[in-house]
Formats: sequence, C-alpha cells, structure tokens
Amino acid sequence: MFFKFLLRRLMYVIPMLIVTTLIVFSLILIIPGDPALALLGDNATEEKLALLRSQLGLDQPVLIQYWNWLTNAVQGDLGRSLFTGEIVSDAVFSRLGITFQLVVASIVFSFIFGMIFAIGSVIKPNSWMDYISRFMGTIGTAIPNFWLAMLLIVVFSVNLGWLPATGFTSISDNLGGFFQSIILPAICLGAFGAAQITRQLRSSLLEVLESDYIRTAYSKGLLLWPVIWKHALRNSLLPVITTTGLLFGNMLGATVVIETVFAIPGMGQLAVNSILQRDFPMLQGVVLVMVILVLIINFVTDVLYSVLDPRIEIK
Amino acid sequence: MRGPNEPVLEVKNLCSYIPTSRGVIKPVNNISFSIGAGEIVALVGESGSGKSVTALSIMGLNSPSIKYEKDSVISFKGENLLKMKKRQMKKIRGNEISMIFQDPMSSLNPLHPIGKQIAEPIQLHQGVSYQKAKEIVVNLLAKVGIPDPENRLNDYPHQLSGGMRQRIMIAMALACNPSLLIADEPTTALDVTIQAQILNVMRDLQKDTGISILIITHDLGVVAEMADRVLVMYCGEIVEEGDVYSLFKNPQHPYTKGLLASVPKLRGASEKLLHTIPGAVPNPLELPKGCNFSGRCSYATEKCLTEAPNLVETGKDRRAACWHIVDLQTEEVTVHA
Repeated sequence: MFFKFLLRRLMYVIPMLIVTTLIVFSLILIIPGDPALALLGDNATEEKLALLRSQLGLDQPVLIQYWNWLTNAVQGDLGRSLFTGEIVSDAVFSRLGITFQLVVASIVFSFIFGMIFAIGSVIKPNSWMDYISRFMGTIGTAIPNFWLAMLLIVVFSVNLGWLPATGFTSISDNLGGFFQSIILPAICLGAFGAAQITRQLRSSLLEVLESDYIRTAYSKGLLLWPVIWKHALRNSLLPVITTTGLLFGNMLGATVVIETVFAIPGMGQLAVNSILQRDFPMLQGVVLVMVILVLIINFVTDVLYSVLDPRIEIK
Repeated sequence: MRGPNEPVLEVKNLCSYIPTSRGVIKPVNNISFSIGAGEIVALVGESGSGKSVTALSIMGLNSPSIKYEKDSVISFKGENLLKMKKRQMKKIRGNEISMIFQDPMSSLNPLHPIGKQIAEPIQLHQGVSYQKAKEIVVNLLAKVGIPDPENRLNDYPHQLSGGMRQRIMIAMALACNPSLLIADEPTTALDVTIQAQILNVMRDLQKDTGISILIITHDLGVVAEMADRVLVMYCGEIVEEGDVYSLFKNPQHPYTKGLLASVPKLRGASEKLLHTIPGAVPNPLELPKGCNFSGRCSYATEKCLTEAPNLVETGKDRRAACWHIVDLQTEEVTVHA
C-alpha cells in the first residue's frame, strides 16, 4: 500500500521537476549578462568570447542546452561551476546541510512560539496573553525579515555583544557554537512562520474547543490543561501541518536573504553568488535541489496527515 | 447518611440567567425537582425550553456566560454542586455523575481509539494504568452489547455505526459506576430501530446497576418507554410534573395536553389533521407578564395574562402550574385557587 502510494507520488514529481527546471533555465537566459564576459573580463576580444561560448555550449539553442543539462542531470552529473570549476553537485550538497540546519531550527522556533502564543491565547480569551498573541500574530506577518535581521544584529551583536552577527557553526562541530550562531537567523527566518502558526493554531483550537467531544472530555472529569493536551491539540494541529509544509518552502526561499545578511555559507548564499556571477550550472543545481526538498516536504506532510488522523488512509 | 428514600439529586430554585445587551435571558427560571435512587426521570420540552441548560448545570458544564442566582441549589448527596470548586467538581464528573450526549458521531474524539476513550475516566478516577483499565473496558463493551469486545478496543469512532457509537458513549458514561446518568437526547440522532435498541440497553443497565437516570428528550415515545416520572418544561419553567401513567392518562396543564395531542396516532387518526399547538414559543427577551403559555392557550383568561401561576400540588405526586387545571376526562375546567 505504502509502496504504491510512494510510486504514484513519484509520478507526480517527475513532470513537476521538468517544468520547474525548464522555467529556471529560461529565466537564467532572460537575465541580462553573459557568463563568457563575466569570466574573461571586459577587455576580452570577440573571438575569445565566441570560443569560450562554444566551449561552454552557450551558443546552442536553449532547448538543446536544456536537453544536454537534463540528460547529464539524470545521470547525476550537474556539471561544473563556470567560475571555479567546482563540481556543482559537491558544492550544492556541502551547503545543503547548513541550510537544512537553519531551516529546521527556524521551523522549530516557529512551532514552539506558535504553540505558546496560540495556547496562551485560547485558554483565556480577551486576557493580556490573548492580546499579546494576536499582536505577535500580526507583527510577525508584517515585519520584513531582512529588517528584523538588521535590528537584531544591532541590538544583540553590536550593542549587547551577546551573539555573533555573522558566520555559522555546524551542529556536528560544536553544539554551543551552533546555538549561538543559529539563534538570530532562526528568529528572523522563523518570525513569519511563528506568526502564521499562532494565527492558524489559535483559530483551529478555538473551533475544536467548541466541539462536542471536548464537552465529553470535560464530562469525564478532565480539567482544562489535560483537555487541551490530550483532546484538543492533536485535532487542532491537522490544519497547521499544511501551513508548516508551505512554510518550509517559504523559508527555503527566504534563506537567500537571511544567509546573505548573516553571511552563512548555505544554499541561499550560493544562489545569490551564482546569479551575480552568471554561474548557470551552479544556479540550476541549487534550484533543482531546493525543488526536490520542497517536494519531499510535501510528501512528508501527506504521510504525517495519515499518521495523525486515523480517518485519512494512504491509498 | 442518606436514607433509602432520600433523593440522589435535588434541584432547588435553580435559576440561571444570561445578561445580554438587550436584556436578561433566563434559560432556566426557578425550577425545583428531585431524582430518587434508581429512578428514571424524563425532562420533556421543545428546543429552547431549558432542558439542556438544566442538564449542563448539574454537570457544571454550561458556558461561563450563564450565571446562577445566589439561592440556586443543586444538591448531590448533600453537597451543593453550584458552590463546588473545580477540583472537587472534577471528582464528581464522570465518576459519580456522568452524561451521554445527543450526537455520538461528534461526541467521541475522532483521533483516539475507543478503548482508550472509555478507559480514560477509569484511569483518571481510579488512578490505574491503561493495561489494568482494559479489562474493565472489555466488560463494559460486552455489557452494552458490542460483539467481540476485545478486538474492538483499537477501533476508531469512524469505523463504527451510529448505534455502536452511542453504545460506546454509554459504556464510557458507566465506566466508573456513577450514581446518576444524564442522557441528553440520547436517541435523537439515531434511526428508529436503533433508538429502540439503545433504550433497551439503557433500561437493562438501569435494572442491573440501580443507577438513577435523568433523560432529556422531546420525544414522548421515549418518555413512555423509559420514564418513571416526567417533568414538562416550557420557557425555562417546569409546568407539570407527575408519574408517567397518570400524566399521560390525565395531563393537567394545557401545554402537556397539546404535546400529547400532537403525537401522531396510527389508529383512527387518518381523517384528522395532526394536532398542533397554535402560535410559537415567546421571545425569551419579551416573556408575557402572566403565564408564559397564555398566548397559545385556549383556556386562557384575563388572570392568565396578568398573573403567573405557581407550580402547585394537584394530586398524589402531581404538580402543575396553571390557573385552570384541566381534567381531560370530563373536559371540566376547575379554577384553581
């Protein structure tokens, strides 16, 4: 059953991958700028540029270029960086871990704060906790993450000197260093998510707490907290799962900004540099891996649904 | 100590109110009744008459917007439930008084297996593990007529039929051997054939355990089937009370009379249209000055419009709130002083 489900999902994934990579490929060609010129500099002669273009295959029609890239990609060869000659797949995967740690930390941050604010808000409607939660729900959605990043750097790095402003320590190297370096970026990347989860979970908890089976739970003799913990929370989390799945993709995109602000050598930063240098194979590799990640998360979301809700069966 | 005839539950002057911007609504207005040990009492009335608010007041589960007048008393085994702290009330709910609800589909948590849901009050009130509670659960399931109970423990509510789910609710309510069961429209959401089965299960369990039952319904068929004694509610007040035989045979309040006449009959009724009570329930914000039923009552006189009648004794174990106690046998109207 599960295998069949997996196989069918894969069938959806393949056309999705082809379409997204084709779009990215076309977009790259629309960006003004010539990689040959970027490599050889402004003083290069026309002949040298033409030679390099034909060496890189840039003089061929777009579809042929895409086809060549695709046939190699299927075999696991994403090409080499036009700029450094690095193997694209190696470069992308070495940065994938960093970005992954950042995004997971941000999701965890969003979830913890979303839950605290949402539960705090519903246990006593119209209390100060409820007002704070609703305020956070609005402000977290409204604040641009790059602005929040600069604000936090000014306060916590420059003025107070508590946390580093830039750089990244991997969780496998040094746990303390990891937490120090991840706190600010995770807050900036997760603020939007925390606000979304607060709003979503709050409304879904309010709805669930009105339902008949909550009344049944009270009639058994349970008090507010056990009712929330055992009966309301899991039911309320179902719609939040969808939001979280979407947030993941959202955050992956936002790493482009956050990794640049905090100088974290992840995929987002790699993407920015590749665009600036017109390093097409590298950019294509980054986008491909990000798309695959998002598709995996969508898949995990669907599976999680059936784990949390026995009424949903994987077919 | 309670004597053998002392009531399990005694409601005295229960008066609840909801302050709104347009005035005060009284969902339950000064009602008193009692339920004896092993007795089945039916609370009858149409929607909005205050039946469910009464039931939820006993459980302490009304919305916080509903307030109680100071002299309201709900006395259970000598203690006033309305004055109890949350922690004390917790020990009574599901343990000594339990409740089953109208819609068994939505009253069970869809994400938990039924075994765990039935075991929950046992674990909570007896402090035992799920493994220990499981044995009790299997026995309960067998008692309420679930076939092959051992293998049903891990089923989810959506895998069971409506009737089965209501049996689960009953098993859950009886898990801790309570002395009072409140059944709020337990058969309304079920098919007619299933209704009879559920009523049978409840009656059998009542005989086995001697539990007292307060059954809330608008279905007079259910009342006739189940109850020893009947309370008729209208606009938040009890308008008539009596044992089931004499009340059905000789309803004294015009509203009860109207309710009984509105029940479709199989024999001899084909030529006549079904009886309906004229008019509609008055707006709770604009109740009439006199008797709440006066606007719909064919016996109403000047007095009914200006003065509200009290619930008074009208015979052996009979009470009614009407200025004109109607004797249906003779169609003679006695003016009650």
